[in-house]
Amino acid sequence: MSRKPQSDSARVTRRTLTAGLGAGIASGIMPFNIARAQGTALKVGVLLPRSGVQAGIGQDCQRGVDISAGILKDLGMPQLQIMSGDTESSVDVARSRAEKLISDGAQLLVGAFDSGQSTAIAQVAEQKGIPFVINIAAAPQITEQGYKFVFRNFPTAGMLLGDAFANQKEVFTAAGAEPKTAVFMHVNDTFGTAMKGGIGVVMPKFDMPYKLVETIAYDPTARDLSVEIAKAKATGADALLMVSRLNDAILLTRELIKQRWSPMAILSMGPGWYEDQYLKTLGKLSDGPLSFVPWYDPNKPLSKKLEDALAKAHAGVNLNTNHVYTFEALLVAADAYKRAGSADSKALAEAIRKSNITNNVSPGPGIQFNEKGQNDKLKNSAIQNRGGKLVTVAPKVAANAKVEWPLKPYDKRG
Amino acid sequence: MPADIYLNVAVGGVLTGLVYGLMALGLSVIFGVVRVVNFAHGEMMTIAMYIAVTLFTAFHLDPLVMMVPIAAVLFVFGYTLQAGLINFFITRPEHSQFLLLIAVAIIITNMLLILFGPDSQNVQTAYAYESFQIGTLIVDATKVYAALAALVVAASLFGLFRFTLLGTAIRACADNYTGAMVVGLDVKRLYALTFGIGAACVGAAGCMLLLLFDVTPEVGPAYTLLAFVIVITGGLGSMPGALIGGVLIGLTEAMAGLLFSPSAKSMFAFAFLVLVLLFRPQGIMGKRAA
Repeated sequence: MSRKPQSDSARVTRRTLTAGLGAGIASGIMPFNIARAQGTALKVGVLLPRSGVQAGIGQDCQRGVDISAGILKDLGMPQLQIMSGDTESSVDVARSRAEKLISDGAQLLVGAFDSGQSTAIAQVAEQKGIPFVINIAAAPQITEQGYKFVFRNFPTAGMLLGDAFANQKEVFTAAGAEPKTAVFMHVNDTFGTAMKGGIGVVMPKFDMPYKLVETIAYDPTARDLSVEIAKAKATGADALLMVSRLNDAILLTRELIKQRWSPMAILSMGPGWYEDQYLKTLGKLSDGPLSFVPWYDPNKPLSKKLEDALAKAHAGVNLNTNHVYTFEALLVAADAYKRAGSADSKALAEAIRKSNITNNVSPGPGIQFNEKGQNDKLKNSAIQNRGGKLVTVAPKVAANAKVEWPLKPYDKRG
Repeated sequence: MPADIYLNVAVGGVLTGLVYGLMALGLSVIFGVVRVVNFAHGEMMTIAMYIAVTLFTAFHLDPLVMMVPIAAVLFVFGYTLQAGLINFFITRPEHSQFLLLIAVAIIITNMLLILFGPDSQNVQTAYAYESFQIGTLIVDATKVYAALAALVVAASLFGLFRFTLLGTAIRACADNYTGAMVVGLDVKRLYALTFGIGAACVGAAGCMLLLLFDVTPEVGPAYTLLAFVIVITGGLGSMPGALIGGVLIGLTEAMAGLLFSPSAKSMFAFAFLVLVLLFRPQGIMGKRAA
């Protein structure tokens, strides 16, 4: 068998190999981000649970990404090149995907909806020196580690609970009724456990009219929640206090109906109960639950733009937390890139730290970060499911409807 | 806690356990005769669940009504799998069989991901939110229908193995492989039929479980593990053992959730398995090895 002679151009000599290796190493270690012109798009790795148990919410967050490009352009922001990553609703996968995105050239990370996954990504981002802007994750410890590259434009569990209890009292006053007892059910993941810990600390400060008669933790991946609801029903509590996800919120509602239990109120302090998938899956059975969550200020001009863009891109989908805070994370990235004038990670992190975005969507004075990288000026709202739509019932300044109280019994909905 | 809650939860656990038992029955039948541990058992059930979802979405066909046709499809799948692939591995070392079936499981999961995507899917039947009330006892109607169907399928299977010539021939293969060949039985064909029957069982169980739980392509391994726990508890290869194991695991999970913490349901099911392995290693209905 004869070998075909190679042409000169194809032949690899020791000299060309050395030159190639040298060029490769030089390009690898050169701080090429600094040299990049502002006109070039910033490479943003967006990590979301696009599959697995949190897929519904992850894909909803993606809608916030989908509508961002046009709005950011209108705001005069530089272009972002989105690099998508799927955490598969797993902490381990989140960590490896963050590493992969950075090795693929991501200059900033955004994500990841879940506290456990965001914690893992934060560790990678800090280690690699790449800025990470958290869209949604409430576990307080993420911004308590002294990280230099991690920023969060989302309330911590303590902030969520403080506003939730204040808004609950406002709702009770408006309704002229209040529950005397409640059973607290929560997912036993990082977020749920952080919220449970927070309740013990924050609730006594608010002198709530109800006392917790039972706390029930459950697995967020559980396929059957009949025992959990049976246990909650047996307490005879007036209200159900919830910290859940989406799939479990649907499962719990089904069990409430099957086990013929309609509490006076369902008070959710997490995702699930206001999601579009919840409303569509359960139809009229989705009406009634109150969610005390980070929302958007309908009176801010940018909120209207976001609503219009969402209606255009995804007709029939209500603007919600997932879209708003994912969009704002990208807004933070674009704004920082604009001011930093380069994609250098340290310059970007410094610019994010000095953010002062007042033309935003979430309630409160705007987006600023404290020394820990936390936006501690965010405010939360109380919203209620009403005929497949969501209305704001508290605080008064942001309300557009009066609360319907008590929850209409499930067996009397026709 | 009011006393009626114990009864409510126990009944719910038993009903769910009966469907679990039917799922595990397929695994037990296959192992009892073919002596191959089907590591793709949960994944085969996922196929049935997706067929049921597709038929419901496209034609609004109730999974319980479609149980027999879907079981037939799974029978053909199981028969083909055994005749075309597993029969070649019957005399090979066990680790080769394990790897083969794990590979089949991974292929099924990925095929389902490609075809149906990662999102969970379910069916909303007319009776999805119904329940029966007898005094203070409230029973989920879906669970009742699914458990009754599981009992009918299991009874049919017992009848097949006990009272038909085919069943006798299959039992002969299970008792003595060489002896069955000596008397002229086509053992490999009977193995394929057995695998098909086991697959049909899991197909029927998939239709019922779909009424209770959502399906995603990744749920297969969890069901495979659950089926193993049940058949080992009930006795590997024992058909009544699979049903009893299913009921015991369903009941253990439910009562552990009620009496301790719902988060610890699986922990108690596995703890029960450990106790069985310690004090009755052959399983509750299993025969002690000579």
